[in-house]
Amino acid sequence: MAFNGHQRDDDTVDEDETPTKQPRSNKEMPGYFRSEPGSEAAAPAGRATPDRRSSNATARHRSDSVKKTRPPFPWFGMDIGGTLVKLVYFEPKDITAEEEQEEVENLKSIRRYLTSNTAYGKTGIRDVHLQLQDLTLCGRTGNLHFIRFPTHDLPAFLQMGRNKHFSSLHTTLCATGGGAYKFESDFRTMADLQLHKLDELDCLIRGVLYIDSVVSSGPSECYYFENPTEPDRCVQKPYTLENPYPLLLVNIGSGVSILAVYSENNYKRVTGTSLGGGTFLGLCCLLTGCSTFEEALEMASLGESTRVDKLVRDIYGGDYERFGLPGWAVASSFGNMMSKEKRESVSKEDLARATLVTITNNIGSITRMCALNENIERVVFVGNFLRVNTLSMKLLAYAMDYWSKGQLKALFLRHEGYFGAVGALLELLHPS
Amino acid sequence: MAECSGIDSNPSSHTMDKSITLPPDEIFRNLENAKRFAIDIGTWELKTFGIIAASDKLYEISVQEEVTARLHFIKFENAYIETCLDFIKDHLVNTETKVIKATGGGAHKFKELIERKLGLKVDKEDEMTCLIKGCNFVLKNIPHEAFVYAKHADSEFRFQTTNPDIFPYLLVNIGSGVSIVKVEAEDKFERIGGSSIGGGTFWGLGALLTKTKRFDELLQLASKGQHTNVDMLVKDIYGGSYGCLGLTGDLIASSFGKSATADKEFSKEDMAKSLLHMISNDIGQLACLYAKLHNLSRVYFGGFFIRGHPVTMHTITYSINFFTKGEVQALFLRHEGYLGAIGAFLKGAEEDNPNQYSWGENYAGSSGLMSVSPDMNPMQRARSGTFDMLEMDRLERQLVNLPLLQDPSSYIPDTVDLTEDALAREYWLYCFEEALDGVVKRAVASQPDMLEAALRAEKFRQKYRHKLQTLRHQPFAYGSLTVRSLLDTREHCLNEFNFPDPYSKIKQRENDVALKYYQKAVKSLEELSWEERQFALVRGVLAGNVFDWGAKAVSDKCLIPLCAQTDCVVFLSERPWLVDSYNQWLERMKGPPHKCALFFVDNSGVDIILGVMPFVRELLSRGTEVVLASNSGPALNDVTNGELQILTERIAAMDPVIQAGLRDDRLMLVQSGSSSPCLDLSRLDKVLAMVVRERQTDLVIIEGMGRAIHTNYYAMLSCESLKMAVIKNSWLADRLGGKLFSVVFKYEVPAGKPSQDCETSTPS
Repeated sequence: MAFNGHQRDDDTVDEDETPTKQPRSNKEMPGYFRSEPGSEAAAPAGRATPDRRSSNATARHRSDSVKKTRPPFPWFGMDIGGTLVKLVYFEPKDITAEEEQEEVENLKSIRRYLTSNTAYGKTGIRDVHLQLQDLTLCGRTGNLHFIRFPTHDLPAFLQMGRNKHFSSLHTTLCATGGGAYKFESDFRTMADLQLHKLDELDCLIRGVLYIDSVVSSGPSECYYFENPTEPDRCVQKPYTLENPYPLLLVNIGSGVSILAVYSENNYKRVTGTSLGGGTFLGLCCLLTGCSTFEEALEMASLGESTRVDKLVRDIYGGDYERFGLPGWAVASSFGNMMSKEKRESVSKEDLARATLVTITNNIGSITRMCALNENIERVVFVGNFLRVNTLSMKLLAYAMDYWSKGQLKALFLRHEGYFGAVGALLELLHPS
Repeated sequence: MAECSGIDSNPSSHTMDKSITLPPDEIFRNLENAKRFAIDIGTWELKTFGIIAASDKLYEISVQEEVTARLHFIKFENAYIETCLDFIKDHLVNTETKVIKATGGGAHKFKELIERKLGLKVDKEDEMTCLIKGCNFVLKNIPHEAFVYAKHADSEFRFQTTNPDIFPYLLVNIGSGVSIVKVEAEDKFERIGGSSIGGGTFWGLGALLTKTKRFDELLQLASKGQHTNVDMLVKDIYGGSYGCLGLTGDLIASSFGKSATADKEFSKEDMAKSLLHMISNDIGQLACLYAKLHNLSRVYFGGFFIRGHPVTMHTITYSINFFTKGEVQALFLRHEGYLGAIGAFLKGAEEDNPNQYSWGENYAGSSGLMSVSPDMNPMQRARSGTFDMLEMDRLERQLVNLPLLQDPSSYIPDTVDLTEDALAREYWLYCFEEALDGVVKRAVASQPDMLEAALRAEKFRQKYRHKLQTLRHQPFAYGSLTVRSLLDTREHCLNEFNFPDPYSKIKQRENDVALKYYQKAVKSLEELSWEERQFALVRGVLAGNVFDWGAKAVSDKCLIPLCAQTDCVVFLSERPWLVDSYNQWLERMKGPPHKCALFFVDNSGVDIILGVMPFVRELLSRGTEVVLASNSGPALNDVTNGELQILTERIAAMDPVIQAGLRDDRLMLVQSGSSSPCLDLSRLDKVLAMVVRERQTDLVIIEGMGRAIHTNYYAMLSCESLKMAVIKNSWLADRLGGKLFSVVFKYEVPAGKPSQDCETSTPS
């Protein structure tokens, strides 16, 4: 049973608004919430250990228990990655006057702070364009906000939590990503917060499937590039991710994880690579002196990688026909930089572009090999490396299409990097 | 007359240390005779220049003038290309060819230069085709070509035994980019993939990041760096390991991830190391994905990125182990840098059909592994300049496995691997160095009429001593170091300075003396009872074998008194011997005769004439056919096939049994295909193998220390075997738990086979 299907059942008890988002299909995500009555009662705050991969419980229709088991506000889901912290926040818009009265000041202040700003401190940003309006979650309707800030600013975040007496709200903070483990004690000591740690891949998949299922109006969540091999005709097109399985899920964060997903509960991590977004930014910082992802991307968009890379035609004078290698293909990334003269003649923009192309193509080729080995034709790329990074997306689309002779399709999701955090939020509301 | 040539070179922009002078006289010594050339011009720092030439050996004392076709390959830094071309031009007198085969990504850049300098037409060959051709060639022809690299193991290099069945395999060639090629047969291969992240990325990006220009320097930086300062590890994200996925904390989560977040300076060393890890891991991962997709387990890595650099071999090996959980081993090739040139040459020499011959690495003319590695032995590197050489001799015959090997794929000829056994290595290197004076003396004495013999002998001394020194530092330079390889290297070096057969006169003299005793010996044996005779025959072979001019202990004791058989028996220890299965042998001799015995003989003189021949005579008398296998070429005082022909004729003249044997074709002389004092049963003359099969050989006799102890001591045969030797080296005797002149008499019947009807199995 799908997430919002569940919501429909709740309607009868909670005088909530009619759900605005309907699931595409009830069969699509069977048994989404699999709360065991026992564990729910026994663990109001704490949750059964995330062991979804083997979970087989059947969905349960409830109505009267929803209110009781619904966690208190605020609702957060957090994904603390190697580079970025991703935070999703559910802002209830259906607060009754009575609730408003009862609501403690701290909670209000947090809500106001988060929803009235689009930037927090120097580095925190709310991705307003990703915000999901009028979403019904656990019987409540509201907006889902997407916020991110660099992991190295986590102390400031904790300080803010402390200042705003976050801990007095007795909320459970569901967190995933490596940082949930690394900073667990910091959360406790600096902000008096207890983290509920969740597996990042579980959260990622749960988040992807959920967001894809609830987004039905506005821009399509899932999209692809039509005519990826013809730059002039290459356009973004919506894609309906119906019957998504099996799919290869490629999460490009600081590093890269590649998952083969056969059903919601059946997936495996096929492989990963350390050449990811962190590598792109790290190398760009070293090569160009830039300091942010946006800066690096901006430079890359202005540069020309063919001045940095050695192409097949640079070596063979044209195509290497014997092996079907086109002259434009990169034979050696940064290969021209072996020559002193050429090192002196390239611009920072060229270097940034070459770094982007190198990392992206490499992810593309590893992905393609995994798809072949796993015999999967659909590939979904997610992760914050793709944020505002149309260059890389088009490259990936191109690479998948060209090298597989049209067999592989590269798909992308609008909420790129937030799925882990969404998965964590879902875990808070509907422990698996 | 000369044969052919090949070149491999690498254009690169950097300039070389000009203080290193070109030592062309040594490098190109056989060039005058070169008939055919090929050149492989890479895009890299090193070039390989290969020549195949035949060397006209002009030693006058030799019976016939030897003409050995030889492949010469020379790798050199590209700064030398003009100098080298000039030299070639000046010395290239008699070349018949007007075309030079060229391959490699840089071939077109140097085409004009080569055509102008040499007046030869440059004929471009496909790079990958040449590479694969070369790869197949070395895998088939050079024992211990492939190895596994294990940085922290007792011996860093674990050489693979040569398996005649080399296909299918995956070749990952890491040049500026990476090509992944699946090779299924001699002429069937396919580039199944590749990556642009390769050696060029390491070099180019490394140069940008560290302002270090040279590839070698970058590698050196990397070997000193700490990648954990630059990379974001799993533990940097998790604070520990990511337990549920089995990702340990030390894994790299994001290469260069720290340089994205930490606002600080990173050291050149750390960045270079991080870059090296990044690229090696990436290549390793792709290689594994391709190997998995195509279901291949043999993956060879080559290209200038690898080329003997321990750092890159280590990181690649690590990566492969990680990604395949040990299922696939990363294999490297000793002559990896020559593949393109070898292939280009083979293309050009197709009319001479080089693949129909077997080839052997010439230890004297080859530099060995890592002679140009920046990490190794800088002193020695300076001495050899920046040249690296490979020479291969064309063997007159094609070499194949002995059909009687129980399991050819697991057969290892050598008893002790000196690369692994440090104590034994120490001893033998010392031993060979000690013996050098004597060898030099004998070499000079063997050519009394040649005035410059002393000079040449001195050059030989220097060369061999240098080899020994190299091997002390790099025991793995020519594959696994063994007593056999030390002996063979000495033979190759002697040959190199025109001492092809220093023992020829001594052998002749000894043979003459021993022949005089033959009839007497046979007569005294015939007077014995059957059982006494059997023992006397065995003792005769053993006693005869004591007379080995190659073993120091014996040379000291009885240089002059060439005595009758009975006199030297005093040296032999009493039974029970160190290894003693004489009783079983005797029992067997009481049974039905063998169908055919293959006898690998050892020394000239007393050994062959008074020890082996009476034994052979007995076998013939029993109704057993005998095949005598002797060396094709000279080695120490070992009897050669040519000599044995003459000797046997002379014995036949005195002995009707031998005469009848020859006449009825029941005694046959074949050559082993070897010119070594040791014996590699996986590289034997094709004719020998054929004879063994045809005659349904059911007994193999191996005689002497070199063939039965240093090699083949543990060799398992599919028929009965008899290994006989006297240990003429006190250190070795000690090691085996015996004394000097201890006897090894090892008679073996393969498990599960009753000795009486040992069937002749012929696995091919």
